Amino acid sequence: MKQSEFLNVVMPFKDKLYRLAKRLLVSKEEAEDATQEILLKLWSKNESMGEYKNVEAFAMTMTKNFCLDRLKSKQASNLKLVHSNYEDEKTSLQKQLEAEDSVRWMERIMEELPEQQKMVLQLRDVEQYEFEEICELLDMKPTAVRVTLSRARKAVRQELIKKHNYGIG
Amino acid sequence: MELDNIERLLEKYFEATTTVAEEQTLQAYFSQEEVASHLEQYRPMFNYFSIAKEERYTKQVPLKPRKRNYKWLSIAAVVVLTVGIYFGNYQIERNKEREQARIAYEETKKAFELLAENFGKGTDKVAYLQEFEIAKQKIYNNN
Repeated sequence: MKQSEFLNVVMPFKDKLYRLAKRLLVSKEEAEDATQEILLKLWSKNESMGEYKNVEAFAMTMTKNFCLDRLKSKQASNLKLVHSNYEDEKTSLQKQLEAEDSVRWMERIMEELPEQQKMVLQLRDVEQYEFEEICELLDMKPTAVRVTLSRARKAVRQELIKKHNYGIG
Repeated sequence: MELDNIERLLEKYFEATTTVAEEQTLQAYFSQEEVASHLEQYRPMFNYFSIAKEERYTKQVPLKPRKRNYKWLSIAAVVVLTVGIYFGNYQIERNKEREQARIAYEETKKAFELLAENFGKGTDKVAYLQEFEIAKQKIYNNN
């Protein structure tokens, strides 16, 4: 496979890889490194790439495994991933400010979820994968995916309600 | 979009039984300006998901010219090794020869020294002979 062909295959889903990596690793830099690593790995395997019927799914699974390994090794060495990507592009409009505030709040909520729930939520509600695809990507049973997804969504709802009520009261 | 439909979908949504299409309906509903006030609390969630989808990997895809040809590298290594061993051996042989030559030289020098010493002894003895000659000459002169 030529470099240009490879890019054509990879381009449509490289953002998905990055977003999944960022969901898990939180830090922007870490996620960028992870994505780069995954793309390089894919490139080094590109001769056998024709054998995978779904390169995207394969790449997503690689990303998942890579990030989880990374998290594990960080935990083992007692390091915490730090990130400094709380962007603050201030706009004067009150409404936009509020919207940004709620985005940041949601980000914080998502960070608190367990990894499995993070991934399912990311794949379903952000990337809008079908259940079968998620099962394949995460190597989970369909019922397990549903349960995890439901739990994740409810957990987010609970946090939001808390915040909402707090905002009013 | 009638409100009870949205409420029904939301319920299904939290049980994770909605389809992707239904979820898109929900997302569309919450992206509107006006949302029923009792549903306002869900708005950040859906808005966040659509914003999160916008994030892009902006770095260059780094493709280095892939894998060097290791076959040639190994051939080169073999050549270097062979040459190295050959000349190494040659060098060792030469060193050995030199060592032998040095030893032979030392031995020869020793032998010569021995010879010279003995010559020295010979000359000493000849000095006595000289003495004898002088004495003999004296006697002749006296007669």
